[in-house]
Amino acid sequence: MSERLENLLQEAFPDAGGLEVVDRTGGGDHFHVTVVSPRFAGLSLVDQHRLVYDALAEPLADGTIHELRITTRGDA
Amino acid sequence: MSDLSNRIQQTIDTQPVVAFIKGTHEQCMCGNSERALQALRSVGASFTAVDVLPDPAIREELSAISSWPTIPQVFVGGELVGGADIVEELALSGELKTKLDEKLGDSWRSGGEERTLEVTERQDPFRVVG
Repeated sequence: MSERLENLLQEAFPDAGGLEVVDRTGGGDHFHVTVVSPRFAGLSLVDQHRLVYDALAEPLADGTIHELRITTRGDA
Repeated sequence: MSDLSNRIQQTIDTQPVVAFIKGTHEQCMCGNSERALQALRSVGASFTAVDVLPDPAIREELSAISSWPTIPQVFVGGELVGGADIVEELALSGELKTKLDEKLGDSWRSGGEERTLEVTERQDPFRVVG
């Protein structure tokens, strides 16, 4: 499941300088994703996280992701 | 706009600091909701909590208003500040206090008062129907 999220993030952030998906519990539904991308530069944290939510809209909507933690950095 | 949506919007507009969470401020039912409340407590902010669990429609209407898919959601002065990760990060960096000052002046430093509001309509069991 981590791989699916990684692929979705890779598609949404092809210029990502760093991309990490951690399955926090090993159960395949609690994730911590970290994305470092120049796309975040100048955006508020809310807008940065919205981009990540957009990228993961499908697994969020179908219930695959039960809990999601997000860390974003613009300094890629 | 539905009545529920109106009540949610009104809550966002009128409560200086409001956190939509799973559970209440006294009995939080979700780790992320608890993290958001702890972040608010760490800066000494008074806040109003709204429990989204009584009706799934609360969550749906809230996300439609905020364009934010997950719970918790913290609003300051009518503006979405973020979910647990952002509020925690802002509390640690000191920016949460700056945001509270900007939006609310000194009024948020009222001694860390906490309460939970309901946005669903209470059904009066003694109401006569028909």
